[in-house]
Amino acid sequence: MAEANRAAKKGKTFSVKTMPGFTTVAMICFIVLYAPIVTLVIYSFNAGNSIAFWEGFSIRWYFIALENTVVQEAALRSLIIATAAAAIASTVATMAAIATTRTRPFRGRTAIYLMINQPLMVPEIVTAVALLIFFASIKVATGYTGLGYLIIAHAAFCVPFAYLPIRARLESMDSTLEAAAADLYATPWQAFRRITLPLLAPGIIAGAMLAFVISLDDVIITEFVKSAGQDTLPTYMLGQLRRAITPEVNAISTALLVLTLVLLSVFFVLTRDRRANPD
Amino acid sequence: MNVRTLLLAGVAAFALTSGANAEGELNIYNWGNYTSPDLIKKFEEKYDVKVTVTDYDSNDTALTKIEAGGHGFDIVVPSANYVPIFVNKGLLLEARPDEMENFKNVSERWRDVPWDPGRHYTVPWQWGSTGVAVNKTAYSGDPNTSAIFLDPPEELVGKVNVVPEMNDVMGLAIMYAGGEPCTEDKEVLKKVRDTLMAAKPKWLSIGYGTTDKLSNNEMMASVNWNGSTFRARLANPNVVYGYPKEGYVMWMDSVAIIKDAKNVENAKLFMNFIMEPENAAMISAFARYANGIDGSEEFMPDDMKTAPEINVPAEFADKGQFLPTCSPAARDLYTAIWTELQK
Amino acid sequence: MAAADTNTPAISSHEARVNTQRVRRNWLLSLPAICLLLIGASGPLLIVLIYSFLEPGDYGGVTWKPTLDAWFKIFFRVDIFDETVHLADAHLSIFWRSVKLSLLTTLITFAFGFPTAYFIATRSKRQRAAWLFLITIPFWTNLLIRTFAIMEVIRNEGIVNTLAIKFGFIDTPIQMLYTEGAVLLGMAYVYLPLMVLPLYASIERFDFRLLEAGYDLYANRWQVFRRIVLPLVSPGIVAGSILVFVPSLGAYVTPRVLGGGRKMMIGNFIELQFGQGQNWPLGAALSMLLLIVVAVALLFYVRAISGERSHG
Repeated sequence: MAEANRAAKKGKTFSVKTMPGFTTVAMICFIVLYAPIVTLVIYSFNAGNSIAFWEGFSIRWYFIALENTVVQEAALRSLIIATAAAAIASTVATMAAIATTRTRPFRGRTAIYLMINQPLMVPEIVTAVALLIFFASIKVATGYTGLGYLIIAHAAFCVPFAYLPIRARLESMDSTLEAAAADLYATPWQAFRRITLPLLAPGIIAGAMLAFVISLDDVIITEFVKSAGQDTLPTYMLGQLRRAITPEVNAISTALLVLTLVLLSVFFVLTRDRRANPD
Repeated sequence: MNVRTLLLAGVAAFALTSGANAEGELNIYNWGNYTSPDLIKKFEEKYDVKVTVTDYDSNDTALTKIEAGGHGFDIVVPSANYVPIFVNKGLLLEARPDEMENFKNVSERWRDVPWDPGRHYTVPWQWGSTGVAVNKTAYSGDPNTSAIFLDPPEELVGKVNVVPEMNDVMGLAIMYAGGEPCTEDKEVLKKVRDTLMAAKPKWLSIGYGTTDKLSNNEMMASVNWNGSTFRARLANPNVVYGYPKEGYVMWMDSVAIIKDAKNVENAKLFMNFIMEPENAAMISAFARYANGIDGSEEFMPDDMKTAPEINVPAEFADKGQFLPTCSPAARDLYTAIWTELQK
Repeated sequence: MAAADTNTPAISSHEARVNTQRVRRNWLLSLPAICLLLIGASGPLLIVLIYSFLEPGDYGGVTWKPTLDAWFKIFFRVDIFDETVHLADAHLSIFWRSVKLSLLTTLITFAFGFPTAYFIATRSKRQRAAWLFLITIPFWTNLLIRTFAIMEVIRNEGIVNTLAIKFGFIDTPIQMLYTEGAVLLGMAYVYLPLMVLPLYASIERFDFRLLEAGYDLYANRWQVFRRIVLPLVSPGIVAGSILVFVPSLGAYVTPRVLGGGRKMMIGNFIELQFGQGQNWPLGAALSMLLLIVVAVALLFYVRAISGERSHG
């Protein structure tokens, strides 16, 4: 075990988990991920009107954003839609994943699999036009023009993004524990609640996070499905693209980032004691 | 937890949309970042109407959405060459703005326009031109030519941008080749195609964001709108706007009421409201284009009163042409050339 | 049915019943997802399928006259000048560019995403959640503004070039923006979490005692990685590569903003048909073809992977 010796010489204990270079690559990844974010934050303090032409320090865009209820409502609307869509998508995706993974093939399994992944297979503009025509006729017929359409459209679009991580997790799980539970006369629901769900949780979290992010980012479907007064942050941005994007959106994004980080830190501090023992 | 989030989201969603049932409303569907918030505030206060502005990013998106129905918009602001399409498809209300009180303020020039004879449907919002912007430090020659992007001088090779607006770019290229916009003449189009294909390797990019990139020297020339160039010049004095002498493209976006609008009376009030010089000036002060209302100049910001980008110099006044609505056949030809250009 | 039941031996009848129950349970569990997709995605897509067999309307939309014109136009091009028929070379080169860039994007996100997912999965339980959030937080900011921020980093007078000149690596700025490299960087950036999260979900479950066993048998790190880690996390790899490859085929914003828009990808081309080109049937036919190609590829890919696993 030459490598172990080398590691020992360096004064580190050999860890079977470590793969050489992986930590470095991961760190590079994080740096690359955050470099543009840092730029974005810096330009939110630009005194000028541009997101790419520095004219001095100022916090005026924060005041402008604070006064602009349109952009605030758009940001709030984005968050509401993304939360709802991620919740719906991860719930139905979890159920579907349980039905289609680790089970003997049954008629229609492939069809279900393809259907769930279908939203991935066509460019967004196509789904957008199809949904526009379909939803418009419902809007005319029912008179309801609320956020429901956007939530359904986003949830449906997010299903594969939630489904695939959950499925991957399920496939990597062995079924012995569940079988044991069944042997101990646990009802299927008990077995699911107590065994499958906790084991599946990381997959569901990963899926829900993906769904959330995908919904937050969605432009084209939203652009076509939205009714009057339903701009989200991305469609608001898209409208600005042709003219000029001002640092106002940087300010909003930065505020959202800070808010997220604060909430997360609070969450971690609050949960510290209960989860004190690592791994 | 999922169920609770869902409920919360549902309640919040309801709260957000329920405001839409109040009386005295107006839903405006306009280009993004194009509507002055001050103007909206003034209108809301004057008439006690709640105005909601929703954005679109292209004439085609607006057309598609309004044609599909169920959108809830009252007012839309299509470009001149799209107004006849909207009208022919029966999507606009014949609101007769020409009979409104403030119509007298509309410049003589804009009272009877080809896309809306006699102004039965639309009221001018803003107008401008599509020409070229050049950074003098990179190229000191005459900027008033489409050759800036169709046959770029040595100094500008690899530094020219073209906005991804098929109709405007084709219009400029056709006039450069000596044809009329919307022509179906194959001889002219062949020349256009060859010119574009030869010029393309000398372009830096085909994209938007020209105001920023001209300001920070990211691009040294671009096909660009006059108002955008004006704003770029304010940030970077080296930027000049050129009116191609071979012919440049003019455009006007006009306010129209949608046929299935629910708030027709408020929409008419709004039409009349923006023909007031002081209010029209607010539109221009925000988006930086001319508005077509006589007497609005005195309310405009000082820097716009003399700007050569906004006030067309006399020598180029007759070189501009409004894009007509091209025939489907012409459009298919242009799409084929546009595709070949970007394949 | 009843006749068949009486003819079969008792045990297999019981088995059959359990089997039917199982199938019914699976369908019931899938039902909410199916309904949601029928309303919000696949169902309305039927409209697009129908449109692909109609004539284009004069200014967008369709005319209700059946024709195969759109499907013909995908593969053949009638020269607008001499009216000869050619293979649609523009479509082919656009398609090929999209496939090439999407494959490269998938490879890049895997090369960077796997170590990152592995790194996160080997943290302590508490830290894991924090690292996971760190991966997704950049994506809470809007795609467009993020893309513009990337542009700011790599443009000629951006951070990278400025620093490189300052430290004397280069004399003149390197043109990175508006190249295929910039598109790749942008797409890899955008799609990274789609690779990392499924991989993480798979690796997190990994039993690291297996590695110990491997080392005990004198396998080196590479062997352990290749023979033990990779096969066991292959479900995550499948999920991640599908989630990156398929959507990047239809990518739209990134190629236009970072690539400078001089060369189209399928997404841009289809968008052109529904937008300024106003040829909806052609756009519809193109997207149906894309759907079919991707679905078939997906089936083969999943079959091949699961086949390999059951043999291994």
